[in-house]
Amino acid sequence: MSRIFVAGTGAVSPAGWGMGPLRNALQTGTPLPIQPLDRPGSSPLRGRPVPAPATRPAFLAHPRLRRASPITHYAAAAALEAMAPLLARPAGIRRVGIVACLDAGCVQYSCRFFEETLKDPATASPLLFPETVFSAIASNVSSLLEQPPSLHTLIGDSATFLQGLALAADWLVDSRVDACLVIGTGELNWLLADALWHLDHSAVLTAGAGAIALVCDESLSSGTELKAITSSHTYTSRVSRHTAASRMRQQLPAPGPGDLLCDSLGDNSRTNRAELDAWSDWTGPRLSPRRILGEGLVAATGWQCAAAVDLLNRGTHTGANVSVAGTNQQAIGARFARHDFPQPDSTPQHP
Amino acid sequence: MIPMLFPHRHPQQPPRVVVTGAGIITSLGLGWDRNAEGFQSGKSEFLPVSSFDVSRQKVKLAAQVSLPPSIPTGLLTPRQSSRVDRATSMLLLTAHEAWTQAGWAGDTSVPVILGTTAGGMALGESYFRQAVTTPDHHALQATRALQYQAHNQVRMVSDALGTDGAVRIISNACASGTDAIGNAWEWIRRGHGERVLTGGYDALSEMVFTGFGSLQLMSTTTCRPFDASRDGLMLGEGAAVLALESLDSARRRNATILGEILGYGTAIDRHHLTQPHPQGDAALAAMCGACDSARVTSADIDYVNAHGTGTLLNDSSEAIAIGRWAGPRAATLPVSSSKACIGHLLGAAGAVEAVICLMALKGQWLPPQPNFERPDATCTFPVVSKPQSARVDTVISNSFGFGGVNASLVLRRWA
Repeated sequence: MSRIFVAGTGAVSPAGWGMGPLRNALQTGTPLPIQPLDRPGSSPLRGRPVPAPATRPAFLAHPRLRRASPITHYAAAAALEAMAPLLARPAGIRRVGIVACLDAGCVQYSCRFFEETLKDPATASPLLFPETVFSAIASNVSSLLEQPPSLHTLIGDSATFLQGLALAADWLVDSRVDACLVIGTGELNWLLADALWHLDHSAVLTAGAGAIALVCDESLSSGTELKAITSSHTYTSRVSRHTAASRMRQQLPAPGPGDLLCDSLGDNSRTNRAELDAWSDWTGPRLSPRRILGEGLVAATGWQCAAAVDLLNRGTHTGANVSVAGTNQQAIGARFARHDFPQPDSTPQHP
Repeated sequence: MIPMLFPHRHPQQPPRVVVTGAGIITSLGLGWDRNAEGFQSGKSEFLPVSSFDVSRQKVKLAAQVSLPPSIPTGLLTPRQSSRVDRATSMLLLTAHEAWTQAGWAGDTSVPVILGTTAGGMALGESYFRQAVTTPDHHALQATRALQYQAHNQVRMVSDALGTDGAVRIISNACASGTDAIGNAWEWIRRGHGERVLTGGYDALSEMVFTGFGSLQLMSTTTCRPFDASRDGLMLGEGAAVLALESLDSARRRNATILGEILGYGTAIDRHHLTQPHPQGDAALAAMCGACDSARVTSADIDYVNAHGTGTLLNDSSEAIAIGRWAGPRAATLPVSSSKACIGHLLGAAGAVEAVICLMALKGQWLPPQPNFERPDATCTFPVVSKPQSARVDTVISNSFGFGGVNASLVLRRWA
């Protein structure tokens, strides 16, 4: 059975650009300030935008990124940060796969292009349209890296990031790639915030990206191993969110003493219920990034994984379970662990 | 308990993967028989677009699907059924055909892996219009926000069929359908499960229609892939769903087998966001990858279902790639593009074209493309332009997308 290790992590979040601001915000534990988001109509919406970067990222000079949208900027920054330990190696990494996980994709350019369409289709910008395609983000990121042999864009709810990790693990096990980058990313604009408001009045939309670089070669590991990803427990008319979350919990290996639970709890007590019940016996340390950063959808699951790995790498914990009861598709969990520490039995808790 | 996604035990020998059900809807009609008849004769169907206003568009035709009066909503509740949009309708129709043909009723654990580029884009457009024009009027907006999301459209298919398996949606632009089938093939070969429902779907939308128009990629005459006088692509809509199954599973229950998925290859073209490498490097790599995994060479291939959009750049790049891949074999290797008949179906294209390949394999004919007169100078192969019977044992189907994701499938006749 092949082992998979985390080589690097990256993040862009409302806390700022990089893992540092993400770490600081989560350590502080105070919800980030909310800003009004103008929209047509009477009352503004609420959002947590990504602040402008302190300095203009060098990658923006790349010809392919000159016209790219903010979502590509977030994805590229998180990807390059996650890949930095691998790119810094003299021999480099030859075959890099990319799995980009998205929910709504490039909503800012999509809105602009559709506005132009409604105004006059004859003058709608040919520069905007290609960037609205879901696959443009992964394609743009791939142009910054060595030619990847595999590149996929998955779309789905917030838990899709863990499906992306599983696909990356498959590619690594198949030796199709030497490293695989998984990126979860999303953008903020009034239309998406408006749509989210119709589905969940309490959620505060945010944006950004979370990225994890995976490898099979232990010598490239940052110190953390990906131990398990549960199946995707789809919410259907026969399987409730509650049941799916419970099944996800049952599939995760038993935690060790002092392990971390990094969950997907947000500000909605109704949607939180399934995950709270699934982990009702949990008494260990717990981290809920969405309560501090906001609802970043699939990017937020990227932050969950990146934050958990970061804490493991810094020696705060020896193991971490990442639990995601996704917005409206599936519940999936993952387990990460320090690989220089003995681990508890890795079989599921309730086989 | 459904197996973990990771780690899991890979089979020592990857199983062979066969197709035991296929559903299709295009502008030629609904179902295998109607479409097989149309593709065998080289029929094309393009009509004035009625889904949205095209009065200010330069191009006004598309291969629009005619939906039947009743949609097989299966186990959906009346409330769910009331939310079914155009794209989901096409998906439900084709999933029902494939599911019924495969005889999978009662299986509650089948995963669904589908490709799409637009999902519920038309609903997103309606949402935007209402949010801009009457922002304080919220009726139907929550439903649109939900059904705009592709995973909710696909979950509706799971609910209709009564399966609770994983849902994976791949959006690799115009290669989405082919990549979804490739993913499903790998899912079974890796031992994640024995069955997958897979394919692709996309409905016409105003934004995407305008987008291709803005790029000056749309034909104002007819879609003529590989023709020296071609002037662009024409858009279409549709869906195809395939029931993929391990050979062992199909044999255990004595299922009718429509064909075998033999190989899958994918490669990335970083040349440009919307333009292929002029020499077709990544197209070549995708075809070689598919043949390698199928353990065949171009000499074993009897027919190429080309991506063949009808644009100047795609067709010359693909023609060069086919020539490089096939070598001397190209001179006698039949090639055609189904987009001349039904337009470019974007996320559905690869899945629909895989079903067309199954039809050709089963019926032993080559799909002709209408309106073809004079080959482009880059074509070293014969383009099938007239209906003809032929011995067809192994075929390759190409799909190349915006963003440079190229993918190919190798399919074999089941005899």
